[in-house]
Amino acid sequence: MIIHLRFFASLRERLKTAALDRELPAGATAADAWAALCRDHPELEPLSASVSFAVNREYVERGHVLRDGDELALIPPVSGGAG
Amino acid sequence: MYAIAADPIDAAAVTAAVADPATGATCTFIGTTRDHHDGRRVTELEYEAYAEMALAEMRKIGAEAQRRWPIARVAIVHRVGVVPIGAASVVIAVSAAHRGAAFEACHFVIDRLKEVVPIWKKERFAGGEVWIGSQTGRRFPSGDGG
Repeated sequence: MIIHLRFFASLRERLKTAALDRELPAGATAADAWAALCRDHPELEPLSASVSFAVNREYVERGHVLRDGDELALIPPVSGGAG
Repeated sequence: MYAIAADPIDAAAVTAAVADPATGATCTFIGTTRDHHDGRRVTELEYEAYAEMALAEMRKIGAEAQRRWPIARVAIVHRVGVVPIGAASVVIAVSAAHRGAAFEACHFVIDRLKEVVPIWKKERFAGGEVWIGSQTGRRFPSGDGG
């Protein structure tokens, strides 16, 4: 199945892209997608503890099972707001 | 009013958006960019949003505030792109019949926004730049869940 990955902030800069499509086996979870990404880009491994996942714009746990065509956003710790 | 804006935020317009004749109190929070962080002089900040999801999360926070406090309306506008020092990066307005609920709900909205809304801040200073949060941040939702 094809998963549409989205990257932001520090992740986007490290990967030098905001989005990419990746083929994953049926039944793959958000954590599996991250592990696959880390295999391609070992420099991401240290971020594993802090990255959050959103599928189709909703936060999900790492064990969330993906479906073909899902948009999976890899979300570094957020830091919006001020004050 | 819920918006992600590339242009300067008009705090008066955000405040006006929650006006309601049934209310007696409006609390407006203006978050502005600060010129220092961790002993460093910050020259400029840049915000990036996952805009579609950030808007959805902002609406959820407003709805949650309305469930938890007797308030009338909520407005949240967050700026993205380069924001000069001293300018508003976020404006939140809450109107209510009475001031207690307006203050409490407004406080809740900014705290929650900083926890969950997918917006990131990069600080630029003499000699470098850094994404804030990546060093000490925690995941959301918390917990592992397998």
